[in-house]
Amino acid sequence: MFLYLLRRFALAGLMLFGLVCLTFIIANIAPADPAALAAGPDAGRSQIEQARREYGLDKPLPEQFLRYVTDLAHGEFGRSVASGRSVGRDLARYFPATLELCLVAMTIGLIAGISLGMLSALFKDSWLDHITRIFAVSGIALPPFWFGLLLQLGFAVWLGWLPTSGRIGVSTEPPDPITGLLLVDSLLRGDGALFGQSLSHILLPAIVLSLPCLASILRVNRSEMVEALRADYITAARAHGVAPWRLVTVHALKNAMLPTLAIIGLRWGWMMSSTVLVETVFDWPGTGLYAVSSAIAGDFKPVMGVTLIVGLNFMLVNLVVDLLYGVLDPRLRDA
Amino acid sequence: MAASRGLRLAAWHLSRSFASMLGLVLVTAIVLLALLGPWIVPYPDDVAGSVSLINKLKPPSAAHWFGTDEVGNDILTRVIIGARLSLLVGIGITFAAAAIGVPLGILAGTAGGAVRETIMRVTDLFLSVPGLVLAIALVAALGPGIVNAMIALVLVWWPGYVRLAESKALSIREEPFIEAARVAGAPSLRILWRHVLPNSLSPIIVKMSMDIGQAILAVASLGFIGLGAKPPTPEWGAMISIARGYLPDWWWYAICPGAFIYASVLGFNLLGDGLRDILDPRSNRG
Repeated sequence: MFLYLLRRFALAGLMLFGLVCLTFIIANIAPADPAALAAGPDAGRSQIEQARREYGLDKPLPEQFLRYVTDLAHGEFGRSVASGRSVGRDLARYFPATLELCLVAMTIGLIAGISLGMLSALFKDSWLDHITRIFAVSGIALPPFWFGLLLQLGFAVWLGWLPTSGRIGVSTEPPDPITGLLLVDSLLRGDGALFGQSLSHILLPAIVLSLPCLASILRVNRSEMVEALRADYITAARAHGVAPWRLVTVHALKNAMLPTLAIIGLRWGWMMSSTVLVETVFDWPGTGLYAVSSAIAGDFKPVMGVTLIVGLNFMLVNLVVDLLYGVLDPRLRDA
Repeated sequence: MAASRGLRLAAWHLSRSFASMLGLVLVTAIVLLALLGPWIVPYPDDVAGSVSLINKLKPPSAAHWFGTDEVGNDILTRVIIGARLSLLVGIGITFAAAAIGVPLGILAGTAGGAVRETIMRVTDLFLSVPGLVLAIALVAALGPGIVNAMIALVLVWWPGYVRLAESKALSIREEPFIEAARVAGAPSLRILWRHVLPNSLSPIIVKMSMDIGQAILAVASLGFIGLGAKPPTPEWGAMISIARGYLPDWWWYAICPGAFIYASVLGFNLLGDGLRDILDPRSNRG
């Protein structure tokens, strides 16, 4: 077990270094002059030269790389040209919003995916099974930005049940962050009104974001459950008089846990990808919207910062998933 | 004889599943629209960007099934014309990614050792950043536009093929017939080309079918956030991004392009699923 942990952590460290290299390479293979990018789209020749000296871009590449790594190690992601703000500070503000959105979406995906998968396995080849299957295929094919617009139109504009966009109401002052996750913060402060408000704001974007993930979880749980319900040990348990609901929720469900875990690891990345689109549609102040608006403005540092943070987050999630795998499946520890 | 019998069996398999047939129909429809687009659209003049402000933002009617856009062009016409671009871009990205990824994957799987380790670690690295985020970083470096968006998506897409081809090559390498070929003195390149590649092709074809749909979606996504095709181009994602500015009053503007993206992605996914049942029946269908 110890060796497994050690290897896994060493690999994560290597990957992190690789990620830093990758962003550095992207920044340097760009046909555009990095100094011109750093100086901003409207800079004149002298400003570009000044930026070149200021950011050390006139130095040889290995030296630049060393400087890049030391800066990152100090949490220094550079400055946004458009706003002049520190990218590190911006990321600290925007990332919790994205994380909260993904966590809520993953929760929706897990609860709905597992229960729908279970139901369609139990009622295999019934109309319920067919409907969930169509639903599952749609989940992967629906363009998230289009589906988001449709939900916005239906539930926010026409029905008026939920707010159109943003994280909290325009007139509400955001509270000082404790964790940065509004749902958690409002509970910690015992502020029920704020909790309700953030919940109503997060619902639509989280549903859109959860759909592909929900679909995969549904499919895997259905097929695992169909398989499990035919297995000998289930027949044996049934013969021993285990209650049918217990049979399904405890004995058969356990089997679907490992593949579901694998999907969480995989789909977390997809989700992080889709935040870019969903946050644009719902004006959600997270890293996705930040990356998009910066990329359009030709503001390079924030985009690289988001790439690093999101990549790091994805690596950590996969590390946790791998470790959980090791806990749940003892065979893997020796592998 | 044997080939035609195999084809008949495949066709029978495909026609037995409603989902696969739906996929086939949708893909055929999209391909036909892309091929015949300019000749079948109701308003050929609107393709070149004619302006008729009297007709702007008209709701759906018998003359304009999906309404008109902000310069009075028929939306259906522009969406049908957009099919060609989306399909070409989707196919282009998928084939380019496979052309990079598959040889690398087969090389990694058969060579082993340091070569394999290097290729696979670089692959893992590219897979460690969520696709669209990496694509945005690349487009930010290369500059926005449809060509750069394509380049960025190819760079994001190839690692998936390395993974797949490597795992297939690894399992095939151990098969007796490869050993037999080696003992018979076949050069390794010939073994790769004649034995390993054809035998790992099925899952790759299935993945490519699904990826064409996903690539269409990805290009539309980049178009939507303003980093792909630029608005006068009839690209589905870019059209939705303009349509977004006309919500909620002119809601029909966004419906048609989105429905076409949905139908094409759905079609390629279902077709891929059906192909998997035929070509790769033993695979795990997660």
